[in-house]
Amino acid sequence: MPAFTPPPLPSDDKRWKIVNGTMRKNGFARHALIETLHTVQSSFGYLDDEAIKFVAQSLRVPLSQAYGVVTFYHYFSLKPPGKHTVTVCAGTACYIKGADKLIAAAEQKLGVAQGQTTKDGNVSLMVARCVGACSRAPVVLCDGEVRGEMSGEQMLEQLERWTVE
Amino acid sequence: MTLEELELIAKGVHQDNAKYDYEVNVCMDLACASQGADKLREALQKAAQSSGKKILVRKTGCMGPCSSGPLVRVDPDETLYASVKDANAEAIVNSLGGKPIPELQCDLNEHFDKQVRVVLENAGHIDPEKIDDYISRDGYKALLTALLEMTPNGVIHRITESGLRGRGGGGYPTGLKWSTVAKASGDVKYVVCNGDEGDPGAFMDRSVMEGDPHRVIEGMAIAAYAVGASKGFIYVRAEYPVAVARLTTAIREARRRGLLGNSISSTAFNFDIEIRLGAGAFVCGEETALLASIEGRRGTPKPRPPYPAVSGLWGKPTLINNVETYANIAPIVRNGGKWFFNMGSERSKGTKVFALTGRIKNTGLIEVPLGIKLREIIEDIGGGVPGGHKLKAVQTGGPSGGCIPADMLGLGVSYDALMAAGSIMGSGGMIVMDDTSCMVNVARFFIEFCMTESCGKCIPCRAGTAQLYTLLTRICTGTGTLGDLEMIEDLCDTVKSASLCGLGQTAPNPVLSTLKYFRNEYIEHIVHKRCPAGVCNMEAAVSAEPAVEVHA
Repeated sequence: MPAFTPPPLPSDDKRWKIVNGTMRKNGFARHALIETLHTVQSSFGYLDDEAIKFVAQSLRVPLSQAYGVVTFYHYFSLKPPGKHTVTVCAGTACYIKGADKLIAAAEQKLGVAQGQTTKDGNVSLMVARCVGACSRAPVVLCDGEVRGEMSGEQMLEQLERWTVE
Repeated sequence: MTLEELELIAKGVHQDNAKYDYEVNVCMDLACASQGADKLREALQKAAQSSGKKILVRKTGCMGPCSSGPLVRVDPDETLYASVKDANAEAIVNSLGGKPIPELQCDLNEHFDKQVRVVLENAGHIDPEKIDDYISRDGYKALLTALLEMTPNGVIHRITESGLRGRGGGGYPTGLKWSTVAKASGDVKYVVCNGDEGDPGAFMDRSVMEGDPHRVIEGMAIAAYAVGASKGFIYVRAEYPVAVARLTTAIREARRRGLLGNSISSTAFNFDIEIRLGAGAFVCGEETALLASIEGRRGTPKPRPPYPAVSGLWGKPTLINNVETYANIAPIVRNGGKWFFNMGSERSKGTKVFALTGRIKNTGLIEVPLGIKLREIIEDIGGGVPGGHKLKAVQTGGPSGGCIPADMLGLGVSYDALMAAGSIMGSGGMIVMDDTSCMVNVARFFIEFCMTESCGKCIPCRAGTAQLYTLLTRICTGTGTLGDLEMIEDLCDTVKSASLCGLGQTAPNPVLSTLKYFRNEYIEHIVHKRCPAGVCNMEAAVSAEPAVEVHA
């Protein structure tokens, strides 16, 4: 059997080298699929067709299987995120303390549903399952920074700041 | 590394610490960090330097009462300060050697008095990023004792003797699981740690992995020695980046010290650990789904048998335990099985860590001996429900558990008692609800969770949860009928008995337990179109719009 040669990097964007690094570290083994997709998402912010194809070919995984994995796990996103991301935690403790009201307020303010990005690409509204900061519920993540005991006003203020920028 | 070398390291740490007159420990767990613990630590560091006193400022894992964060504990006096701002840093440093500051002092005696710390014994006392700190508190002593002085069977015997049961929720006897894997034939075996804490409202495993990562590694290494494995995986949620970072550091440090790798302590035992990231799928907490995910595939469960103990990761015998189970191993090996057996209730031994959250005064992480009355947890440790509200229910076990009503607070917390009450122990989430929570809406919340998290492999779970959601939505919007209740009960029975894995089999629990204890709330919604807690929006009932159908 001829030795397998991985496909060339899609472009000379340096981030592909990081992605390739993860695969090399795992010996281009098929079970490194999820690890590699994590690297793609942390480098590029999301997974596009080109990236999924490249990873699938490099790891010799059928494209259908790679796509199946991407769509199975909530953590992977097929759409580019906005410039800012507000994530409302909807775990049980946050729900008991009124996270649903926060989500509704954010939806109204931004004019988009959860999981979507505003038309100008400025803010993405996400909902998390639980970030594990339950003791300070309700929790909102503003660009990844955990803010506990968030009130509706505080969250709207933050959204307003992002809009004005 | 030998036991003598371990002792030398520990001695070195004690000597280093003795150079300081005071130790100022700052809790850097997520809850405290979200309240500015980072800035506080810097301010304390600065104040300590300019004061000229000999002060060690240390960052630690979770100290427990998160609602009073950011927390600072000053040793050797063991003074605990609550809600500390960076502006207080200088005052704290100045007070050292004199009297403590009464305004900041936190009086939580009752909160701590009823707790027994085994898993959390180091949390709040060590810097999780320093392996030597862990070693100075008897860390890795159990691993080396097991390797040098015990046979694998001897280790399994000790775990069996302790009566430890799986802390992930199921409560399967740990010793029995270990001996099954040990007896399974195969030259390659794996040890897996389930750190996919998907239960919303629970964060015990995160705190253990972040606050005391070496304890998990040591537990896994002992398990690997006992069952004959040489490779381990820790499966962690991607939502816990700090836990991943701490574990990565801990594994690197353990390798550097020769506590992971080849020929550990010059014996024939080789063991190394890799971290695998989850990607946001609740079902991956189920063991066969978790294994599929480690293999890089969609996390769908498989029918059992064969159990992972016989045919698991890549078809090899695999031991899977939860984070907290592994965290219990080192103290058991160190102190003996009888020591552990003597704690807890008749059939549930030892202690359990709970994440106490919701409508309660002292939210945070607690560790209690099993068998403790629920009332003691809620009233003494938790400090009761704040704001003059009335306790309604305590939810345990997350989406797989149920709601225990306020009049059952006399219940002793154990695997069997919770099961008999229609809930489960679960991984340790304990969410307190007061009269502002609508139990029908709570049931709907959990079913919605299970509906979205169902992997879709088997029909009872995929379609059943979706139909339950439709029915419950109907009741919540005031368009339900009394016949719906019967239909819900019937459907719950089907989903429970016909689903493939734990997710589906337990998904109806929140519905069934609320129906059992809070049926009047359901009736109130259906007959009087009224939500007693004022949560559900009944306007739809007026305009008589049918509830939105969900297609699975």
